[in-house]
Amino acid sequence: MRLCPGLIGLLMSAIPAMAQHGEASEAAPFGSPVMDQHVWYHAIAEQLEGRFGREDGFRWNAESWAGGDSNRIWLKSEGETDRQGRVEDGQHELLYARPITSFFDLQAGLRTDADSGAGRNWAALGVEGLAPLFFHVSATAYASSAGHYAAKVEGNYDLLLTQQLILQPELELNFYSKADPRRGLGSGLADLDSGLRLRYEFSRKFAPYIGVAYQRKFGDTATIARLAGDRASNLRFTFGLRAWL
Amino acid sequence: MAPLTTLNRRHFVQGLAAGAGLVLPAYAQQAVPELSGTEFDLTLSELPVNITGRRRIATVVNNAMPGPLLRLREGTDVTIRVHNRLPETSSIHWHGLKLPNAMDGVPGLTFAGIPSGETFTYRFPVSQSGTYWYHSHSGMQEQTGLFGSIIIAPEKPDPFSYDREYVVHLSDWTDEDPMTIVANLKQQGDYYNYHRRTLGDFVKDTGRDGFSAAVQDRLMWGGMRMSPTDIMDVTGSIYTFLVNGHSPAANWTAVFRPGERIRLRFINSAAMTTFDVRIPGLALTIVQADGTNVEPVEVEEFRIGVAETYDVIVQPQEDAYTLFAQAQDRSGYARGTLLSRPGLVADVPMMDPPPLRSMADMGMAGMAGMDMSGGHDMRDMPGMAMPGTINASGVDPKTLKGKPAVDNVAQMPASRQEEAGTGLDGNGRKTLRYSQLKSVEPAVYVLVPGRDIEFHLTGNMERWSWGFDGKKFSAAPPIKVSLGETVRFVLINDTMMEHPIHLHGFLFTVENGQGDSQPLKHTVNVKPGERLGLIYTADVPGHWAFHCHLMFHMEMGMFRTVIVA
Repeated sequence: MRLCPGLIGLLMSAIPAMAQHGEASEAAPFGSPVMDQHVWYHAIAEQLEGRFGREDGFRWNAESWAGGDSNRIWLKSEGETDRQGRVEDGQHELLYARPITSFFDLQAGLRTDADSGAGRNWAALGVEGLAPLFFHVSATAYASSAGHYAAKVEGNYDLLLTQQLILQPELELNFYSKADPRRGLGSGLADLDSGLRLRYEFSRKFAPYIGVAYQRKFGDTATIARLAGDRASNLRFTFGLRAWL
Repeated sequence: MAPLTTLNRRHFVQGLAAGAGLVLPAYAQQAVPELSGTEFDLTLSELPVNITGRRRIATVVNNAMPGPLLRLREGTDVTIRVHNRLPETSSIHWHGLKLPNAMDGVPGLTFAGIPSGETFTYRFPVSQSGTYWYHSHSGMQEQTGLFGSIIIAPEKPDPFSYDREYVVHLSDWTDEDPMTIVANLKQQGDYYNYHRRTLGDFVKDTGRDGFSAAVQDRLMWGGMRMSPTDIMDVTGSIYTFLVNGHSPAANWTAVFRPGERIRLRFINSAAMTTFDVRIPGLALTIVQADGTNVEPVEVEEFRIGVAETYDVIVQPQEDAYTLFAQAQDRSGYARGTLLSRPGLVADVPMMDPPPLRSMADMGMAGMAGMDMSGGHDMRDMPGMAMPGTINASGVDPKTLKGKPAVDNVAQMPASRQEEAGTGLDGNGRKTLRYSQLKSVEPAVYVLVPGRDIEFHLTGNMERWSWGFDGKKFSAAPPIKVSLGETVRFVLINDTMMEHPIHLHGFLFTVENGQGDSQPLKHTVNVKPGERLGLIYTADVPGHWAFHCHLMFHMEMGMFRTVIVA
């Protein structure tokens, strides 16, 4: 993820509206007195974790953003590799985000499914933000040029056991409008990835955790997995690191 | 990422003791350096300091933090040459002084700043008296130490006497890069809050209030996506709170002879910290606020918002007293000692428990059935009956709710000047309230405004954005006031935090219910959910800054230009 800020920095410089810094104006004849148009960036790895059970794997779920108050660019990436180096569930998104309400952003952009399976590209449109009672949620709809539609819903919640010991339930659901056998997908609700993680924030930016991860495939997606000799549900122990910079 | 050694610092950073061999002489000195006269040379430079055990670079004036005390005389003309030896553009703003606009020292508004290596000469007549201060208005330099005090001797004597005086700068120091602090807050608004409510607090509340009440309380706050522990943005988790540049461990000391009357000139020169000040064992007689003499008020404790000043008379009788200034969120304190002979120490009190915000702080004072009866008639609701009130940003306040930069709108804002504030009311001590401030010199400043200009103080803790009327500086038009016009600024604080609002160039009367004796101030700490009126006559033309003096709020755009022409 260390590369992300650099890459995003490059992206940002291509967007003059974001890079604008206090020019002279009626209110400020000698330029801006404050830095309210500053461009900020962060890279956050929510999950960098080993998963251990019937099949071992390594999962990542990370994102990075750069921008000011009104315009931001996001890069998101998630996926899982097994011991053979086969990558599954590799979803990567490049999104433009704009705040639309106090607590929610509208996001639009591209998603590419790039892993060991067949590649797919989607246009993405979604919302992400903070729901009442402090649930972090996002819901995104996708459309492909092949006329397929998909949707992803994610949510998590931080339960503070102490100031630094935090229990986080987390859930992700994927839906598809049409079956895509080359990616092992049936239509309808395809799969969920969930977790219950207990992290200790040595600092906000450095928090190792332990937990359990539960994945499940549904409907035809589950059938396809079983036919291929894979498991349709999988409960595994996990430990990893939540970190940001 | 922060080094691991800082990670467990929520037991706040007390700093190094003086004499540990690490503290540099420049700020280890007990007395703030002084300059007096009508001509001054101030040199701005970097200075290595070691407040917490780690070497950091401060930005300072004349190699001292705080910078030298400037002693001026009312009725004189002063010339101050400021030499910028910093590697970046700088500036000095004379906080609270009435002067020509070009001398106000705000880069962007009154000049382009002082480029590195150059000198800017300030010349202005001194027309006031009292305690004031100066600070950089450039970048993050104020946070890193670029400030000092001003004492202006009055033409006619003050209406109180004293035998000895000390300037008491309260400030907040951090080893962290200020830009990193803001970046962290942009990602996580409660990054530095280690008083958030936990499962343990829920269990405790259940035991005290019952399960249902505890759940209701969580549902109410959670439903609004607000936290009752939202007191300060930057806390003792990374701040060391200083008295005249001294950490609590280094313990700034001031000597007295038993029975002497000591005038303590308190200046809150912190970037982001509101302090609650007391000296256990001593009555504090407030005699001046923001440079204006007030009728003496005797208290045990007072709150000082960022950029405010209070002059206090104390009369110590015994050996030693602790000067104790808790940060409002109780994440740390600044400490010094008044003593009658060297070597004495006094007990340092325990900090109070961390406070919680209330319904009134969310702007529901009226709804929560709080006791707001004491003298709150229409006079305390400035602007209520005033036709022709205009919004400063051209925004209909009814449309603010739900805007990206706004996480709350006060539905029933009310005067809260009869309250001492969050964390003080009900603590058992006699604490100063704004409603007690009565100017010694009345009448001259009884002003009748021709127009009300209304500002909603808005913010969003999740996005960590701050502004007025849901707009930051760069997205809003300037406020235009005619030369000679008397206006009322009506401030409505929609946020959950206090904002020390400062107007450059003019002193304003705070409508605190004292009629002809309403005090003149340059900075007013507006409480959450409060509605408050300020009146002034715009008698000097130019581009004047109007902003929240929490430095990072200002930088995020809680700032407007008032153009007087």
